Amino acid sequence: MSAPLTERTPLREPLWQRLGGQLRNLAPFATLLALVALFSALSPSFPTMANLANILQQVSITAIIAVGLTYVILCAEIDLSVASVANATGILLAFLTVQDASVNIANLPLPGPLAILVALLGCLALGAVTAFGVTRIGIPSFIMTLAMLQIANGIAALLVRGQIAYNVPEAIVTLGSGSLGPVPWIVVVAALVLLLGHLVLAYTRFGRYVYMVGGNREAAEHSGVSVKAVVGAVLVISALCSGLAGMLGVAYFGSAQQNQFDNYLLDAISAVVVGGTSLFGGQGGIGNTIVGLLVLGVLNNGLDHIRMDSFLKILIRGLVLLLALVINVYAQRLRNRRRSAG
Amino acid sequence: MQTGAEPLLQLQGVSKHFAGVAALTGVDFTLNRGEVHGLVGENGAGKSTLMKIIAGVHTQYEGEMRLDGQLVRFRSPRDAREAGIGMVHQELSVVPSLSVAENVLLGAQPLNRLGFVAWRRMRAQAREQLEALGITMDLGAPAGALPLGQQQMIELARVLMSGARILILDEPTSALSPPEVERLFQLLARLRQSGRSVVFISHFLDDILRVSDTVTVFRNGRRVGTAPAREVGKSWLIERMIGAGHERLEESYTEAVTLPPLMPGPVVLEAERLTVRGLFEDASLRVRAGEVLGIYGFMGSGQLELARALAGKLPLEHGTVRVDGRPARLRGGTPAAKRAGIAFVPESRRAMLFTQEPVYRNISIAILERIGRILLHPQVERRIAEDHVRSLGVRPPQVDLPVGQLSGGNQQKVALARWLTHLPRLLLLSEPTRGMDVGAKDDVVRIVRGLRAQGLAIIVFSSEPETVLSLADRILVMRRGVLAQEFAGEAVGKDRLLAAA
Repeated sequence: MSAPLTERTPLREPLWQRLGGQLRNLAPFATLLALVALFSALSPSFPTMANLANILQQVSITAIIAVGLTYVILCAEIDLSVASVANATGILLAFLTVQDASVNIANLPLPGPLAILVALLGCLALGAVTAFGVTRIGIPSFIMTLAMLQIANGIAALLVRGQIAYNVPEAIVTLGSGSLGPVPWIVVVAALVLLLGHLVLAYTRFGRYVYMVGGNREAAEHSGVSVKAVVGAVLVISALCSGLAGMLGVAYFGSAQQNQFDNYLLDAISAVVVGGTSLFGGQGGIGNTIVGLLVLGVLNNGLDHIRMDSFLKILIRGLVLLLALVINVYAQRLRNRRRSAG
Repeated sequence: MQTGAEPLLQLQGVSKHFAGVAALTGVDFTLNRGEVHGLVGENGAGKSTLMKIIAGVHTQYEGEMRLDGQLVRFRSPRDAREAGIGMVHQELSVVPSLSVAENVLLGAQPLNRLGFVAWRRMRAQAREQLEALGITMDLGAPAGALPLGQQQMIELARVLMSGARILILDEPTSALSPPEVERLFQLLARLRQSGRSVVFISHFLDDILRVSDTVTVFRNGRRVGTAPAREVGKSWLIERMIGAGHERLEESYTEAVTLPPLMPGPVVLEAERLTVRGLFEDASLRVRAGEVLGIYGFMGSGQLELARALAGKLPLEHGTVRVDGRPARLRGGTPAAKRAGIAFVPESRRAMLFTQEPVYRNISIAILERIGRILLHPQVERRIAEDHVRSLGVRPPQVDLPVGQLSGGNQQKVALARWLTHLPRLLLLSEPTRGMDVGAKDDVVRIVRGLRAQGLAIIVFSSEPETVLSLADRILVMRRGVLAQEFAGEAVGKDRLLAAA
């Protein structure tokens, strides 16, 4: 009671302002609903269970990569090496598996579980190099991961030397292309990775640190949070997710070859950003990424259903990404204005 | 009034408001030809505002300004520059990657017929200008690699190059070493001889008295005195700067505060000969449990940097830090400092708070590892936060509100609350009450006293004498990077602090 009464309790904000504050979360969701309604109206083959399963399967690999990328972007960093690390890990796994005589690779066959383990260690090592470059040497993640993109591509190229390998361990074949009853295993794995990613972000101390480091790096440091450790960890997590996606992808595609993941870099970044996770760090999450994945999945799939010119499709995807970026930046500005008014 | 020549610059009845708050009220100011005019006053007294009006930075004001007897009203800094008024701001604006010559002629590089920079001519002109000022410098060296004093000379040369007859220097000596200050003063003497006029703003009263012909004192937006520098002393200036003390609501500490006798508690912090060249040197200090040490110095004297170094934010070049007798390895940054038991609340709340996050997360961030090793326990976090919010009187008392929506004083309480659950051994507070209203300041004082009573060692770093006087049991004064004087167990007022700094 002794404090001066000059400070007023903030009034309840008007509805439109509260909605404005939620723009980041509402806009992607509204986009998803609009797209589903649009394609359902235009094509009877779109709103079917079979097609839903299709869409989920089509976004599964992107989803696994996007989980790691969500962590990185929440920390206000970027990882451009995800697709290349996926490619390198998938190829490494094939390299460690017995191939048919027709495949002319000087490979190094190991028992299946061991091959999987070594491939995972391989992607972890790549992630550790990225983390070292960013946190210890101080290279901006944009450039460091660009270098890692090249390095991973180079490793992949050296291992397959222009060949195509087909065999990967049995367990990976099942997870990548098998089904659990009616549900493809790869959808199950993607769902589990998304769930785990969400649980860690929302319920663990590490998850909180990720948000805090992204929200205000200096304040996190002043609170005694080891910012370098957090940034390094998210880069390693990103590499691990990419590696997992890469191994399953080889089984999903049925082959391991150079450049087969090239589209996934843009897809994964798009999914995270379209979902509304802030490019400036600190806001968003796996929930946003799921919505972003579905928006992209529905868009890709729906455009096929209405027989859109496949060349125009590329342009449309570009425009959708641009729109998402505009909303992303605008949402940030709204928030900053509210903050300074508060 | 004047004998013979009219004054070079004359202002009459100048007033200026910022959002309804008066920054200047009816100020008259006269600058004569070939005069060095010193301006003194506390932070916010209006010196800089007046100079920014003269330099065309502030264009909305009441009152009139005459240059050479002609009524003028500048619409931009460019207008003022064209009329021969140049200002060297506190924050230097040399381009670090460009050479000395390029910096001296920045924006006025001579061009050849093809429109390219005429390098040889540019170097010649720069050399000429610097020699005229009695400065020799490597013209090709990147300006950023030079010591601060030389960068300032470059900026001075640039302003003079543009033909300035009136030169305004805002706090030019605060970051300079003694020989650099000496060089600057020689330069000013030379400028005076060449008939140019200089306005010199500084907190360093000795400097002002040494270099000025005339001194003017500001207090609370008014000019409260002007006199020939020869005829007055430091005490005359301080008296007028502080005033009778009845004008402000808050305590002004014109009356001395009596510091308590030294306490016998165990020594918590032992810092020996801490040095970061150019910022502070050979700083040794001890703080005991249950003691609040105040470190006071003018802006730029190095006390805020000392705080950052003790917090692990700024690597030390020399020196050792011990907490409870154990060496603190501050090379490991802030996490290492935290492990050693050192907590830091920096001067900028923006560097301390997660504005978009709710209050409770801002409080719990420093103790999450104690609440749960892996998992979060938001209900525990909320309970702890609610306790602090209640005991500190944070308004409104809602732990789920984003902290960015609180007022500055309440934000500071939240920043302090972070360290109250599991007490550190040593708490470093940098400018803990800057920009707060009276009520919030009182609350902060109360919180700090409470922490002291619990046996914490606390250091308050500030450039506001009131802050140090209201909080500290013992005061060290930092002067240009050196701990110059200690006050303990005696009566100290603002006047003695100002005189020592």
